[in-house]
Parts: sequence; structure tokens; C-alpha cells
Amino acid sequence: MSETEQLQMTPLNRHHRGLNALMAPFGGWEMPIQYAGIIAEHRWCREQAALFDICHMGEFLFKGDLLASGLEDLFTFSVAAIPVGRSKYGFLLNEQGGIIDDLIVFRFGEQEAMIVVNAATAPNDFQVIRSRLQGGALCDITAATAKLDLQGPVSREVLTAVCGEQIARLPYFKFAPLDILGVPAVVSRTGYTGELGYEIFLPAAKVAELWELLMADPRVKPAGLGARDLLRLEVGYSLYGSDLDEQTTPLEAGLEAFVDFGKRFVGKEALLQQQAAGIARRKVAFTVNSRRAPRHGYAIQADGRRIGEVTSGVFSPMLGCGIGMGYVAAGHTDPGTALTVCQDRVSLEATVCPLPFYRGGSLRS
Amino acid sequence: MSIYFTKEHEWARVSGNLAVVGISGHAAHELGDVTFVELPQVGKQVKQGDVVAAIESVKAASDIYAPVSGTVVKVNSALDEAPEQVNESPEDAAWMVEIELRNPAEVGVLMSKEQYDAYLKTL
Repeated sequence: MSETEQLQMTPLNRHHRGLNALMAPFGGWEMPIQYAGIIAEHRWCREQAALFDICHMGEFLFKGDLLASGLEDLFTFSVAAIPVGRSKYGFLLNEQGGIIDDLIVFRFGEQEAMIVVNAATAPNDFQVIRSRLQGGALCDITAATAKLDLQGPVSREVLTAVCGEQIARLPYFKFAPLDILGVPAVVSRTGYTGELGYEIFLPAAKVAELWELLMADPRVKPAGLGARDLLRLEVGYSLYGSDLDEQTTPLEAGLEAFVDFGKRFVGKEALLQQQAAGIARRKVAFTVNSRRAPRHGYAIQADGRRIGEVTSGVFSPMLGCGIGMGYVAAGHTDPGTALTVCQDRVSLEATVCPLPFYRGGSLRS
Repeated sequence: MSIYFTKEHEWARVSGNLAVVGISGHAAHELGDVTFVELPQVGKQVKQGDVVAAIESVKAASDIYAPVSGTVVKVNSALDEAPEQVNESPEDAAWMVEIELRNPAEVGVLMSKEQYDAYLKTL
């Protein structure tokens, strides 16, 4: 989107300003980047419970027959195979197998599902999905739907106090429809931090009240998109627009676990061809021998030759060194492989490592 | 002893022929959480405006320019292990280098504290 276009604001914009948050454009929205500081917010999420305003993400509601409408053929996973009450992560691809978006589908009912997508890609996703459907009803409910993420090892205790015991037993990637503050909401045991946590969807008109209620708990502090990016990278999650895009396939990204070749989907032929021909370019994760961060766009070299580029990088407080992900020529992705990450005067010795970088999170607790 | 500032937000505390150099509180705040400081070798020769050190925060990487020409005679190695001091005490404990002045007259092109404060208001 152009810079002159009006930024959208979440219903919590006033709350962020009241907390003196640093605000910046993200995906067409004016979002809080940090409050107390990225490192302090990151630590709070790893140790207590951090509250994120994620109202910018897109939500689409589908109603109709999954097979007859063609919804079943839209994504790299089967929606029909998701049990009601569960959700699944995967991709919307183009014909070339490139990733139009990474998303989560929530199976609300036999003939009802919610598709949750990235903010910047939401308008295009909606057009693509609608154009590929032959039936059913697809509704963009982004504006009416608010989303708060509560993430951290004590998030279960905090949220149980607000929502009741029902959420205490939720396993990972399961959700519960329930009433919060007298309105219908969905509490999902999912997140983007590597910690135990929940994503809460509720009507936009009620989100300020829920934010205030959660913030009244001394174990909860707000965290911005800066901390969110650091948290997700430490556990090796990809960020659409940085690590994933329409020129990148799930196979190159090492995310074939989220592709079901036993079903039909747009882009499948291209992926099969790529698999047969050999994957020439692959995502790699690495640590560097410095507190210096590899950064998006830095070159990756092996034996003095450029073999790829960094797509995400940051200083990891948990590891005490710089960490990053990028894409390199195949053959340089085995753990332990020595690489050099460089840009201008900066040259960092990097070592390929398995994901996640940080393994101590409370995600599965 | 007098303190001077540059438009790039370094400060230099000049005493005799020595200048202790760091970054301003404004710059530290703008950078956010500092995670790394690269210091030069003692003995490095710099000209006014040369890159003398580098600093990284979670958000950004930037260079630190020498406010004066001369020889680096001391570096604050404590920042290797505790770069967060740049946020905690930018204009005191988190000094970065000490430079022996080659041309003390160069101080004349730097800003006083009052001039720097006025400059910040124009940003």
C-alpha cells in the first residue's frame, strides 16, 4: 500500500497512546511497536504473560459445503479433516507453488470455518479465495472482529480467572467458543511466541473492555510487535513478507509438514515438479558468533562465494547471540555448516543450526 | 571540562587534549534496547566524521562518528558485556572511546549543550 493511504487503527489505539507506546505502520495499520522496551516485553512474555493487540490480522468467515464450494481444494491442508473445535496451519498458494499467505483455519462447524490471515495480505487473500470458490458464502469479518493474544507461562491462570475453567483444559491448536463479558468469543490455544498462550477473538466493540480487564492483572503487561518479532524468531516461526512470499514455496521454506500431497490444492503440480527436479534453494537457520544481529538483506556466503541472503535476524536475549534465517543454495543447510553473513564492514561467522533456536518455552505445558 | 554534541548525536566531553565520546540520551532513546557496541582498537587514528564505533539495537544498526580527529587512547570495554548501559546511562557510564585530540580547534564546529537541545527541537 502507498504511504499516503490512510492507516487503519485498531479499537485499542487510544489505549496504546495512553501507555506512551511507540506507534508505526505495519501491514496498513498503525500498530504499537513497543511500550516499556522490546527486551523487557520479550522477557515478560517468556516469564509471565504478555498481552498483544493483534486486531490488524484478517478474519474471513466461510459458510457452506466444504467440498461443493471448493474450499476443500483451496489450502495445502484438508479443512474437512479438521475436527470441529480444532484449527490448522498451512498455506494458500499460487499456481507456481508460491506462498500467497500463511494462515490458520478454525473449524467452527460442519459447514462453517474461520480463516485467519496476515494483515498486509488480507485484501488480496480475500479476492483470491473468493475467486476460487464455486459456492458457499465468504465474509470478511476483519473490522467487526478483534483479536488479543495473551502469551506466557502464566497466561492459563490469568485467562482461567476471566473465562472460567473451560479454557484450562484446552490442548494446543484447539479452541473453545464461549461467552466473554456477555458476548460470544473464541479462545484458541495458539500463538506466535513459543510460550503457552491463547488467541482470543471477540466482537470489536468489546475488546477495550477485555483489554482493560486483562491489564488489571499484575501478571499481565502489554507487548508490541517488536517483541512479537523477536519471540517468533527465537522459536523459528516464519514471518510472511520477510521469510515467505509469492516467489517462495513451502518446500523451499522447509514447511512441507504443512502440505498434504494426498489432496488437491492450487500449486500442487508445481510443488511436485519442484520436488522431482530437486529443491535448489532452501531456508536455513543459523547463529552467529557475536551479539551483532544478522539483518534482512545481508548476504550469506560459503567459501567466499555468495549463496543467499538473510530474511530475518535479531539479537536473541535467550541465546545471547545473533540469530537469523535466510535462503541459500541447497547443500549448505546441514546443521554445523559454517557460513559467513556480511554487509559492508560487517562480517559475522555463522553456524547452521536446527530450529527452534530457543527450546525452553512453555508452549506445550 | 565542556560537553559538545554533533548533529549525528554523539557527545564529546573535552578536558585538555582529551575527548571522551559517547551517544546522546536522545540517540539512545531513539535506538531502543542496545544489544551490541563495536569498539575500535586502542591506537586507531580517526579524522573528524570518520566511523569510530558501531552500535546495534533490537531495531537498528548504526555507526558512531568521531566528533574530533585524533588517536583512540581508551575504549570502554565494559560495553562488550553490558551494552544495555547505553540505555541506562548514555551520557556518563556508557562512554565509548577516549580520543587524544590532534586538532583542538575542531571543537569549534561542535554544538554546545544549549545548541544541541535547540537542534533536537527542530527534528
